[in-house]
Amino acid sequence: MNAPNKSGWKPTMPAGTDGKFGGPATTTGNKALMLEEALIFEIGTTETTGVDLPDVDDSAPSRLGKFARTDEIGLPGLSEPQTVRHYTRLSRQNYGIDLGFFPLGSCTMKHNPRLNEKVARMPGFADVHPLQPVDTVRGALGVINELAQWLIKLTGMHGVAMSPKAGAHGELCGILCIRAALEARGNAREVVLVPESAHGTNPATAAFAGYRVENIPATEGGRVDLEALKARLGPDVAAVMITNPNTCGLFEPDMRAISDAVHEAGGFVYCDGANFNAIVGRVRPGDLGVDAMHINLHKTFSTPHGGGGPGSGPVVLSEALSPFGPLPYTARTADGVVHLVEEESAEEFAKEHFGGPLQHFGRMTAFHGQMGMYTRALTYMLSHGADGLKQVAEDAVLNANYILRAMEDVLHAPYADSGPCMHEALFGDAGFEGGLSTLDLAKGLIDEGFHPMTVYFPLVVHGAMLVEPTETESKAAIDQFITAFRSVAERAKAGDESLKAAPYYAPRSRLDETMAARKPHLGFIDPE
Amino acid sequence: MRYLPLTDTDRGEMLQSIGASSIDDLFVDVPEVARLDGPIRDLPMHASEMAVEKHMRGLSKQNLAAADAAFFLGAGAYRHHVPASVDTIIQRGEFLTAYTPYQPEIAQGTLQMLFEFQTQVARLYGCAVANASMYDGSTACWEAVAMAGRVTKRNKAVLSGALHPHYTEVVKTMAKFTGDEIASSSPTVQAEPDNAGLIARIDDDTSCVVVQYPDILGRLPDLAEIAEAAHSKGALLIAVNTEPVALGAIQSPGELGADIVVGEGQAIGVGLQFGGPYLGLFAVRDKKHVRQMPGRLCGETIDADGRRGFVLTLSTREQHIRREKATSNICTNSGLCALAFSVHMTLLGEKGLRQLAAENHRLACLAADKLAAIPGVTVLNTSFFNEFTILLDGDARQIVRDLAQDDILAGVSLARLYPGVEGFSRGLLVAVTETTSEEDIETLCSALKEKLS
Repeated sequence: MNAPNKSGWKPTMPAGTDGKFGGPATTTGNKALMLEEALIFEIGTTETTGVDLPDVDDSAPSRLGKFARTDEIGLPGLSEPQTVRHYTRLSRQNYGIDLGFFPLGSCTMKHNPRLNEKVARMPGFADVHPLQPVDTVRGALGVINELAQWLIKLTGMHGVAMSPKAGAHGELCGILCIRAALEARGNAREVVLVPESAHGTNPATAAFAGYRVENIPATEGGRVDLEALKARLGPDVAAVMITNPNTCGLFEPDMRAISDAVHEAGGFVYCDGANFNAIVGRVRPGDLGVDAMHINLHKTFSTPHGGGGPGSGPVVLSEALSPFGPLPYTARTADGVVHLVEEESAEEFAKEHFGGPLQHFGRMTAFHGQMGMYTRALTYMLSHGADGLKQVAEDAVLNANYILRAMEDVLHAPYADSGPCMHEALFGDAGFEGGLSTLDLAKGLIDEGFHPMTVYFPLVVHGAMLVEPTETESKAAIDQFITAFRSVAERAKAGDESLKAAPYYAPRSRLDETMAARKPHLGFIDPE
Repeated sequence: MRYLPLTDTDRGEMLQSIGASSIDDLFVDVPEVARLDGPIRDLPMHASEMAVEKHMRGLSKQNLAAADAAFFLGAGAYRHHVPASVDTIIQRGEFLTAYTPYQPEIAQGTLQMLFEFQTQVARLYGCAVANASMYDGSTACWEAVAMAGRVTKRNKAVLSGALHPHYTEVVKTMAKFTGDEIASSSPTVQAEPDNAGLIARIDDDTSCVVVQYPDILGRLPDLAEIAEAAHSKGALLIAVNTEPVALGAIQSPGELGADIVVGEGQAIGVGLQFGGPYLGLFAVRDKKHVRQMPGRLCGETIDADGRRGFVLTLSTREQHIRREKATSNICTNSGLCALAFSVHMTLLGEKGLRQLAAENHRLACLAADKLAAIPGVTVLNTSFFNEFTILLDGDARQIVRDLAQDDILAGVSLARLYPGVEGFSRGLLVAVTETTSEEDIETLCSALKEKLS
């Protein structure tokens, strides 16, 4: 593992005193290409603008009545060159997948193909209003239908609710479908079971839907304890929320048995699909008895994260739950056709295809959902095809196992003995010396030029580090990461004090988060 | 496959180094019943960039793009000119391919942008604090209702009849599951909003009153009057704005007394995109309510060397810390749309926003006057910004469909928004922005004239 890659190329770093950059302080605070940038409120004025529009004519007729604005809003403007420079300089203080390896566990930071961006900007997708007459948007509806079919076939499910705006919104959609289905049977039940290792959104979602959250016990091997789960199931349990592969990066081998037991007890199985990338094209959740699963198009299907969204979280549904999905809605019927259903047509559709009364639980968002993400995701699916997506899962899992095995002699890998991991490798901080923590290791990796892994999640492993390489990294990039990761891990185990002040080479050293929370300063205040 | 860097040689070496004989060894935990013998059937195999682009272009061409029509649609989504530099900036990989800024030392670009965005939104809304965005206006509206419940410890929300019907539906849907009581109605189709009727519905159990400004019919309700009535009963006023450009011309909801201001930010920087992704805006007038807010907040702090920097803060409200006790389950929001909004707003600045608003209003007034002169057309509103309601002597929905065949997208019929509601069949919402030319207005007028004669 010593040579970063076959060619033997190694990064050269000018070593200053104590490993820091040498050199005198600059008057600007800039360091060559590392540029400081003021706030728009400090460099813009209310007189400056970057657009050319007609001057305001105060004598023009007005229908604003008494509501016309007279006071100053306080919005600074910049000319176009200043604007472009401001944001370009800001962008350089950001780490993105385009810059380097970004193994943020549970977040699936894979390459975002640029064809997706090009397609999303085609005028027929980008410049279309959601309430145009349907005859003028047949292609847009075609995209939704085609994507829905892909999702249904990839998951082996029956229907899909397309409109949820992100993963957590999709979770909510799935749980509300379950609640609606149970209410239709006459009893919504009281409890949702969630493993301790779950994403925080799971218990937050269940609580929102009016359920009491209880923990599912785990085995020492990091899986759901099937026997303990069976013992807890009963007429009060509405649903079990399971992440599979789970947040420890492991496949739940008892998944089918879990589903059968939950169904037998009259409950439903919700699967958090955040980790679908590990199995896409290789395993269909429908074959495992899942009733509802959200899919993060911004993870598995390569739509960009954009610094925190927008996402998109369609929810695939079993036959039992399909009639309860929100509007607008698509579903495949026995004749193989996928339908788009809105308020107006809902009643007719329910009668014709579900053979019953209107049962949808309502509407989760205005309009039809995240069209701009649908076009990108569909473009990605068509690019990969069924064969390419299968390869995606296999390469993602191979890369993660390669990292797990390359690190397990240096870092505590709590589940390494229980077999292969899926698309992410989990480590803990056991053996760190000198009061060093997972956070210190993460900051050390920043100096090495990598985005750190997910830290302190899942909660079930002390000082957890969750590494998800994805399939879009080359072997050389992974080898280089392993070399750096091993070296920083060795420093943590040796109690290397210098890690406590890392990062040294980022645009900022460690930020005081306590001060930020104690005295919240959440917007710019003009100096007196 | 062009997105997969591993070669078969790499794969072989890697399998060997981990002691696996084949890739199947890594999927041993998958139950037998769920193992597939090859790629999923009934789906196409991989395709070249050229082939995929062609397929998608084919779908794109089946849609009538707004730029190719005389275009008058609004009702919560507005078409404005977005300067070219906005799209250039949001496509920079450092913004586009970043994650939520969990490692602030290498995410100052996103964080400083969010701090600037929050300030812009707060000022536009006349509020103390705005958050780092929600999914869209409709979900932000529900989150505001839920927040008002937490603040007032009451659970009855009174919705104005003139709130966007999709927003009303979202609130009613969510409330079914939380046990909140929602009082809603259809709008009264008259020149002025029914403030008195709304105020009469506020009682001592009311947590909040939700009012859209400008409302779904384009009218301007007197928020100050409603705020006073709400506050006298101990309820909060939630103002909903779906057209932020309007706030360059009309007073902000915050200064008129709204306690929570939410809205759709799509009109600035984001584009139509067939309804999403959009940008939920969320702000509170009084900073004492900050800890009850949903969603992410970016705050200023210093680094270990004393330099100014920014972090996500007050996260003890959020799901990843509070789990089932969080103020909301929201995680991913609309970061890149917030960037687009912020860049566009920076290009506009105070001066440009006021000019943009004035130009929208000028053209809307012009269109309203020309339409009012057509026999069979009545303009409903006395007040409006860039969108107003007209009543046609005919079935508005059918007329919209007919005109679309001539590439005239005449507006949103009330029957599309309120299917089956008695007495709405004549109503048509018409939106006019700076992208509407005077020629477009002429085109619409002569088509309507012909249709109604």
